[in-house]
Amino acid sequence: MSPARPLLREPTDWSAAALRVRLARRHRSERLFRLAGLGALLLAGLFLAFLLFTIIRDGASGFRHSEVAVTVTFDPQSVRSGDYVGLMQRSARALPVAGDVVSEGAWVALREAVAADPALVGQTRTMWVPARSSIDLLAKGKFDLAQPALSRGVSDADVAAWRALAAAGRLRQGFNLDFLTGSASTSPELAGIWGAALGSLLTLAITIAIAFPVGVFAAIYLQEFAPRNRWTDLIEVSINNLAAVPSIIFGLLGLAVFLNFAGLPRSAPLVGGLTLALMTLPVIVIAARAAIGAVSPGVRDAALAVGASRLQTVFDHVLPQALPGILTGTIIGMARALGETAPLLLIGMRAFVADVPHGLAAPATVLPVQIFLWSDDAQRGFIEKTSAAIIVLLLVLVLLNSLAIVLRNHFERRA
Amino acid sequence: MLALAVILLLGGLAFLIGRWRGAALAPAGGRIGAVHSRPVYHGAYVALLALAPALLVLAAWGLFGGAVIDERVLSALPTDARPLTPLDSGAFMNEVHGLANGDFAAAFNPDTARAVPIYQQMRREGDLATLLLAVALLLAGGLWAISQLKPAFRARNRVEAAVWLALLLASIVAILTTFGILLSLVFESLRFFELVPLSDFLFGLKWSPQTALRADQVGASGAFGALPLFWGTIFIGAIIAMLVAIPLGLMAAIYLTQYARPRVRRVLKPVLELLAGIPTVVYGFFAALTVAPAVRQLGVALGYADASAESALAAGLVMGVMIIPFVSSMADDALMAVPDAVRDGSYAMGATRSETVRMVLVPAALPGIVGGVLLAISRAIGETMIVVMAAGMAARLTLNPFDSVTTVTTQIVALLTGDQEFDSAKTLSAFALGLVLFVITFLLNIYALRVVKTYREAYE
Repeated sequence: MSPARPLLREPTDWSAAALRVRLARRHRSERLFRLAGLGALLLAGLFLAFLLFTIIRDGASGFRHSEVAVTVTFDPQSVRSGDYVGLMQRSARALPVAGDVVSEGAWVALREAVAADPALVGQTRTMWVPARSSIDLLAKGKFDLAQPALSRGVSDADVAAWRALAAAGRLRQGFNLDFLTGSASTSPELAGIWGAALGSLLTLAITIAIAFPVGVFAAIYLQEFAPRNRWTDLIEVSINNLAAVPSIIFGLLGLAVFLNFAGLPRSAPLVGGLTLALMTLPVIVIAARAAIGAVSPGVRDAALAVGASRLQTVFDHVLPQALPGILTGTIIGMARALGETAPLLLIGMRAFVADVPHGLAAPATVLPVQIFLWSDDAQRGFIEKTSAAIIVLLLVLVLLNSLAIVLRNHFERRA
Repeated sequence: MLALAVILLLGGLAFLIGRWRGAALAPAGGRIGAVHSRPVYHGAYVALLALAPALLVLAAWGLFGGAVIDERVLSALPTDARPLTPLDSGAFMNEVHGLANGDFAAAFNPDTARAVPIYQQMRREGDLATLLLAVALLLAGGLWAISQLKPAFRARNRVEAAVWLALLLASIVAILTTFGILLSLVFESLRFFELVPLSDFLFGLKWSPQTALRADQVGASGAFGALPLFWGTIFIGAIIAMLVAIPLGLMAAIYLTQYARPRVRRVLKPVLELLAGIPTVVYGFFAALTVAPAVRQLGVALGYADASAESALAAGLVMGVMIIPFVSSMADDALMAVPDAVRDGSYAMGATRSETVRMVLVPAALPGIVGGVLLAISRAIGETMIVVMAAGMAARLTLNPFDSVTTVTTQIVALLTGDQEFDSAKTLSAFALGLVLFVITFLLNIYALRVVKTYREAYE
């Protein structure tokens, strides 16, 4: 044992009051810090929950609608001349209430009824037809009736009509099939999302048909074959930058190149799909490169060793192993493209299409743009339609993302 | 469409014939190496030579055929029925197309009705001629390819050369897109700066494009001063949104990486990522319908009587929440990249976790975090739908968050939707705004990516 050297200072007395206070302070700030972290996460989670709550609260009623029982006499004269509008008006006037209570488009129900059953002609039937938006909203309890007439957004006449209808048992609520199968309309009670959904489908079909092959090919070239030189660096910088370019810039590109320069039709799914393809391309390239890079080098060496050419190695051996990762990235890119609005506004995909789009070059709109247009509409009835359309859009996105997660887990477990 | 189907069908046939001929080359019971390539490559070679020229012809007709037909229809009309100006002929031919496709029930201009049969006949003849030419090329290419097939023929090498070309072309698309963006923005902006001086645009204080009815009024009125737009963009995207996103995103990342147990992390992280997956139009709707009225009430309660229904604060708050997952995942990566030895060293000195985070980890990860924040700013200032729906149209220089301000992206959308006359300063100014936005975000992205990259390399 060496002789003990004299201590330079006294050992710290951890039980001293001053140190205990200091330690307590440090521990308190530790707890506060930890709480702040949890608080930040909870705040973000609460915001998400509140957002979803308001959308579902406002939108759930969009999937139901109110119908009015109208007694209709299908007189042969009106049916032969196709005057269903007049027939509807005359029948509605016979209702025991004052003012308009049925939708402007209610006559379509009469026409469809006759088309489905020609024997109706000459008979008198009770038909359930869509109610006008204000009656519909009253029936759903969307107005605060305790407020004075001027500020509650609905007239006393409408309230009286609604009460009379309900008292006469001529009002019922049902599932709003028109919302899922219909297209854009100026009347909220008739508006549906099918036209926009089909537009989204056509647009995304073009996007995936272009972005997937081009993206995978570009990724193969960059990851497997590209020489390390300035040219390759330029491509890489381009791709990384394009992935972060604001989406509206792609809209300007689409407008200047596809519409003004190439003269492609405005508002068409073709142009929307091309624009979104350019936007999605970098996402797919980056995901595909990561997936290809993760394939074990042994696979390549083994294939090359038994005499496969470099392309055979990549296409027959590397690509199949990288495919799950590539598909996951593609689905995520597609989900982003499906929710995109701004670039499509610029190339005119805000067309009012009261019918489903007729083809790739015909005017169309897409689901997010339809949501934007409805949210801009001053009519009160569109609030629930907008929220309901958002619910549909979010459900599709959840489905797409779950698919990506399932795909990833499935192949991760196998690997 | 029909022509394309016919050509593709014939191409498939060419593949089958090529593969059959390739398989027939090998003598029964012969040596495996007697034929250079596998039959499938012979088939692919034949299909390639058959399809490529035919598809080119179809594509050329699809792209330019419409213009050729329109021109010939106009020159085939009697002189008195021809439209006078190029603009008129555009509208004239639009009507002809609509009538021919059955989109319009009746002609608005009686002369178009006379042009319809001519148009339909020319379209029929053109389509037929193109199809015949394509089929002829397909047969010629296919037959020539078949005639080349021999045991020693290197079909695989030829096919692989074509695939190489496709790979190279695909990787060039990204560069073409970048240049396409740059060229189209610069080209249209230059035309705008012929009408409005650059300095007026960049430093002018008054933005009211609506007054620019005639091109000659524009320069004089000075209505294209974009400074209030730039301020609005920075105010919402780089200030208010970041005041929300940076603390919340950073704290969330710290909690997830340092405190949360793995199970908690597995649950909370996807919740945060959900925020990033919600379409921006949904955020915009929420901002306009729910957040903006609440912010307005807050403004009134704070004694600011004319708080606007559309405010910078509402848009900025919601945008900040949208950016949280972005900041948090970048900060997450940066914190995880700090070597464990650094953290362990701090613990060994007796520091608490929060002291380690605040005094050791965050400073060590700072370059990565700053890079992430820069990328977040770039994303926030380019974000469109939230500000279009919640920020308003009033171009003003204000520090009051309850005021309505407008942003670059809002104005681009406003300028380019609705009735637009082409080549007016109003339309072109959108491209100038787009150019500014592109340049700024480009510089931010490049700089941030470089910071993040060098930072990661420093610890590897």
